[in-house]
Amino acid sequence: MSSTPLPVHASITLDVNGRQHRLTLDTRTSLLDALREHLRLTGSKKGCDHGQCGACTVLVDGQRVLSCLTLAVMNEGTAITTIEGLGTPERLHPMQAAFVAHDGFQCGYCTPGQICSAIAVLDEIRRDVPSHVTDDLTAPAARTRDELRERMSGNLCRCAAYPNIIDAIEEVASRENGT
Amino acid sequence: MTPFTYERATSASHAAHLLGERPGAKLVAGGTNLLDLMKLGIERPTHLVDVNGLGLDRIDDLPDGGLRIGAAVRNTALAAHARVRREYPLLARALLAGASGQLRNRATTAGNLLQRTRCPYFYDTDQPCNKRAPGSGCGALEGYNRQHAIVGTSEHCIATHPSDMAVAMRALDATVETVRADGTTRTVALADFHRLPGAMPHVETVLERDETITAVTLPPPVGGRQIYHKVRDRASYAFALVSVAAIVQPDGTGRVALGGVAHKPWRIEAADAALPDGAAAFTRRALEGARTTPHNAFKVTLVERTLAGVLAEATGKEPT
Repeated sequence: MSSTPLPVHASITLDVNGRQHRLTLDTRTSLLDALREHLRLTGSKKGCDHGQCGACTVLVDGQRVLSCLTLAVMNEGTAITTIEGLGTPERLHPMQAAFVAHDGFQCGYCTPGQICSAIAVLDEIRRDVPSHVTDDLTAPAARTRDELRERMSGNLCRCAAYPNIIDAIEEVASRENGT
Repeated sequence: MTPFTYERATSASHAAHLLGERPGAKLVAGGTNLLDLMKLGIERPTHLVDVNGLGLDRIDDLPDGGLRIGAAVRNTALAAHARVRREYPLLARALLAGASGQLRNRATTAGNLLQRTRCPYFYDTDQPCNKRAPGSGCGALEGYNRQHAIVGTSEHCIATHPSDMAVAMRALDATVETVRADGTTRTVALADFHRLPGAMPHVETVLERDETITAVTLPPPVGGRQIYHKVRDRASYAFALVSVAAIVQPDGTGRVALGGVAHKPWRIEAADAALPDGAAAFTRRALEGARTTPHNAFKVTLVERTLAGVLAEATGKEPT
C-alpha cells in the first residue's frame, strides 16, 4: 500500500525588492504564496491561482511572470520585484501615478498585476519584442493603442477599467518618448 | 498538491537519468502548464527536476542554414529572435498568437510541445477521462465537445493538442532532438513525435521514460508567404477553435498544417498537393474521414473558410 508522501521543506534565499530573505518553505509553495503568506507582501493578488487572470503578475529579473505558476524554490538567485518595490504611497512609480490620474481601476484588486504588467509591456516594446498585432515583424514594435491592448490581454479586470488602463499606459509611454 | 522533493538537474542526460530512475519524477522548466495541473491533482509528481540553467536556452544557426532551438528557449525569446522573424515568420506568428505575455516569458519550446490538452473533461477530476485515468472512459465523446478534435480521434479520446507553436513547426518540417539517460541521442520528425489517441490516449508522445527533449531544429528557410491564422472565441488570450499555418509559394503550391482539429498538429502531405486547387479541395483531402459531433461539425467549414482567407491573402486573389 502506498502512503501519502510527507511534506518536503527547503531552505532558500529570495531576493525581493532588493532585500534578501532566508526562508524555509514547503517545496510546493508558489512564488505568490511565498510573497503573500511568508513575506507578508500582500500587494500581489491571488485571483484565479491558475494563470488565467494576471493578478499575481510580478517582475522576475525584469520580466513579467505569473507568480502563481512558478515555485518559490525555482526562483532562488533571481531578482524579484513586486508592486511594493515599485513605489510608495508618498513616492509613486510613474505608472502608479498614471493609473491614479486616469482612474485605471475601480475595486483595485487586479491593479498591482496590471501595473507590473504595464511596466514590463513598455520595456518589451523598447526591447523590440513583437506581438500578435504587430503588422511588420521586421520593423521595430510601436506603442500603438492596439499594441498595448493586445499585450495587456493576460491581465483581466472585472470592473472593466480597460480604456482607462490603456490611457494610463499611453501617458507613461508618451512621457518616456519625450512627446 | 502531492508533496515532492526538488532537485536541479546538472545536464539534460542527468535529467533523463532521473526520469528513468524515479517513477514519480517530472521535469519542470517554465512550469506554466505543469504547476496548474499539479494544483488540480491531475499531475502528481513526487520528484520535481528543474531543467533551467542547463544552457538549453540557446538558438543557434546550423551549418545547413537551418536553426537549432534549445528546449528551454522561452516562447518570447523565440518569437523575438531576428532570424525567426525574418526567415520563419510563421513560427513567430504562431508563438505570438498563443497565451499571454506573462506566460510566453516562462513557457519553453519543449514544454510547449509536451503541454497537455485543455479538454475540460481532462481538467475535471470528477469526470471520466482515459487520458487522466486510463480505462475510466471519455466524458467528452457524448458531452459538450464543441472544442474537440474532428480527425484522428478514437472511441477513447477526442482531445486536441492545444499548441500554436507546434502547428507552425509541423508546417516547417521541424525535427525534435532528444537525449536518454545513457547519453544516446536521436532525432524524431515532429510529424512522428505526437501520437494519436488510439487505445492509449495517456501516452501522448514517442518519448521513452528516460528520454527528454534537448532541441527542435528547423530546416533551411523555404520562403513563400507564411501566414498563421487562428480563430478563437475572443480576440486574444484564448485557445484555437481552428488554426491554419500556411506556407504558400508564388506558384500556388505550399504546405498547410492545422491546429485545433486533432490530437496533434494535423498535416496531410497528400492534401498539400491539392493546395493549388483551392481551399475546398485541400480541406476535402486533409479532413478525409473526419468524425464530427453536432457540437464541433462547424470546424470542417471553419477550416475551409479560414484557409480560403489565408490563400486569398497569400496570393492576392479573391477567395474561391
